[in-house]
Amino acid sequence: MLADYKREIILFSGLFALILLVMSFMGMAYSTRMLVEASCYAIIALGLTIQWGYAGLFNAGIMGFLAIGAFLTMLFSYPVNEDFWGSGLASDLGSVFLKLLIGIVLIVGSMQLGRFGVRQNVRRLITLILIAITYIVFMNSLDPVAGAIESEVGFIGGFGLPVWIGWVFGGLVAGGIAYFIGHICLGLRSDYLAVATLGIAEIIKAFLKNADWLTRGTLTVSPLPWPTPGPAELGFVMARALYLSLTALMIVVIFFLLTRAYNAPWGRMLRAIRDNETSALAMGKNVNKRRLEVFVFGAILMGIGGAVLGSFNGIFDPSGYIPLNHTFLIWVMVILGGAGNNLGTLFGAVFVYILWTMSEPVALWVFDVIRNLGDAWFGWEAPGDLDSRALQARVFVIGLTITLVLRYAPKGVIPERVAHHHE
Amino acid sequence: MNEFIFLFNSVVISGAVIGAIYAMGAIGVTLIFSILRFAHFAHADLMTTGAFVTFFLTVMFPGVGPAVGLPTAFVMLPIAMVLTSLIAVGIDKAFYKPLREHNVKPIVLVMASLGVTFMLQGLVRLFAGTGSRNLFVDDRKEIFRIDLPWELASRKIVITEPQLLLFLFTIIAVVSLHYFLTRSRLGKAMRAMSDNADLARVSGINVNVVVIVTWVIAGSLCAAAGTLLSLDVALKPDLSFNLLLPIFAAAIVGGVGHVYGAVLGGFVVGFAESLAVFNWAVVLRPLARAMEWDLPRSMALVPTEYKITVPFFILIAILVLRPTGILKGKVI
Repeated sequence: MLADYKREIILFSGLFALILLVMSFMGMAYSTRMLVEASCYAIIALGLTIQWGYAGLFNAGIMGFLAIGAFLTMLFSYPVNEDFWGSGLASDLGSVFLKLLIGIVLIVGSMQLGRFGVRQNVRRLITLILIAITYIVFMNSLDPVAGAIESEVGFIGGFGLPVWIGWVFGGLVAGGIAYFIGHICLGLRSDYLAVATLGIAEIIKAFLKNADWLTRGTLTVSPLPWPTPGPAELGFVMARALYLSLTALMIVVIFFLLTRAYNAPWGRMLRAIRDNETSALAMGKNVNKRRLEVFVFGAILMGIGGAVLGSFNGIFDPSGYIPLNHTFLIWVMVILGGAGNNLGTLFGAVFVYILWTMSEPVALWVFDVIRNLGDAWFGWEAPGDLDSRALQARVFVIGLTITLVLRYAPKGVIPERVAHHHE
Repeated sequence: MNEFIFLFNSVVISGAVIGAIYAMGAIGVTLIFSILRFAHFAHADLMTTGAFVTFFLTVMFPGVGPAVGLPTAFVMLPIAMVLTSLIAVGIDKAFYKPLREHNVKPIVLVMASLGVTFMLQGLVRLFAGTGSRNLFVDDRKEIFRIDLPWELASRKIVITEPQLLLFLFTIIAVVSLHYFLTRSRLGKAMRAMSDNADLARVSGINVNVVVIVTWVIAGSLCAAAGTLLSLDVALKPDLSFNLLLPIFAAAIVGGVGHVYGAVLGGFVVGFAESLAVFNWAVVLRPLARAMEWDLPRSMALVPTEYKITVPFFILIAILVLRPTGILKGKVI
């Protein structure tokens, strides 16, 4: 039994040794923080591994799901802003959203007009006009209220609820957005899903960055509360270790559920669809429904992961979300670790995250050496922004890793195990 | 009257400028999509790379432009186009071809192109820094202010030299591409490949040549679009996804695989963007004065910060209503 898992044992022992090495060089406080972040990324990577590894869906907008998860955590867990609720602005904002709700009800109703024998063209026209009217009315009535909130009370604040409620809602809203996107794109060519997710991620970021009345935009919101006792009570190392045990527990639960799902008929059906869509269709499997399910589940995990990461960072900064760190780093984790293999994904997430955090000082050091050598040997004067350029070298390395892994190790270091049941 | 000149300046001219840029990008995307069957995500960064190639050439030979009477960067454009085509062909050889030969799913090629995106981004910023730059090194941007003959029109129509060059270049590029695709043997081979790759192969078309020509066209259009965009505004290394989304939207709106569709889609998306962020209050103000209405200060349909939502919702709308695009694309 254990002999089957030789590769995994070796790789995970190596990973453990690497963690010990980091601990001894960088200290406990630093390495516990790194491990908590790595574990959040692991939750997100598990979300991607079911989308890409189980079902072959390309999600290029992980960043958006992370950001929305973190935003909802902020909204639910940040202390209540008494100024806002005390002023008349709360009811103004409520009436704006009531208008939006009425609009949405009308739009949804207009989509059902077909039942009363209205022709499709007419129906679409009515729906489009209703969308336009709702949009214009909503924007026009939101604008003054949002402006008043920004100038009088800053922003609307949070709801002051327990953190875990924020995490749950973060996952649910991320899933809802995924449902909307998946519903439109999953029946079409797989590339369209990539384009659409890329777009929705940029839009979510633009929204969170510019809706100052809701998120304080570039001013950022901090400190976000933790679900566990914070550093002020326990000290950095203990508080982070406690947080780490919470995330580790979450990973264990998610891991267990995913492995069950993977081996269940549902998981087998997904793999059948991934490997040969035509024959799965011919077997009468509902391809698009399964894909939609797995896309939404993956997005829920990403939302939760983003929420947990957001709480841990303690600051909500919408401009801090960039596609490289929050989408493609996770892609590297999954394809390097082994898409479709949960153990491989876990390994990839922790390993790549450690390399990524370590690469920053390394890149700075390498470029410092280059600067000194260039100066000493050729009298080369380095550009002033060499340090910011040094960090861009990491972008190049990420890109190179993606292409090289795809070419030389397309299954990752711990490939997917397909169970063969012999008689 | 002045209000309409304002409308013309900020909707018609700027919409046409950005539309032409999107169109050139979308032609490349649509060609790659129909011949190599994958969505090329590195396209926007190939544009940036092309613009930086021009930038380096311009810095090296700053005196050429004034001698000819055109911006140096524009004179250097043909060389930059050749170099960018070489880069594009090289990228294909190094990263896409091995994958194609392994018969991977198209989506793996999409991922590889994302890897290429980051490599290009990293290289450009490593060598040129993260700040934005001006492509006019030794010369100045010429701005034409055209007076209108009417009495009420005191405002002038403003158009810059790079914009005129851009329109001229777009027309020449589209017309010559049209003749290339319909008249030449190679162009016909490309169309055959996009219709049915297997049939084209068995009828003796040299697939490698077709692929190389595709990358050459895509690469040179990228260099041209990137350079002309940077001539008009500034050379920014971080456009990437903000440019990629409208380009894909344009290609899909026009119908994937259709060159004219891509041009059409580019202008549709370009004009939609500039119409959506235009402040309509400016045009309505004289009317409001006459009718004694109270107009809000800003009446843009979409605030400028949310400009990126416009191509996205165009994309969603076309995927819902007519996934094949306006001109009935082939690949769905």
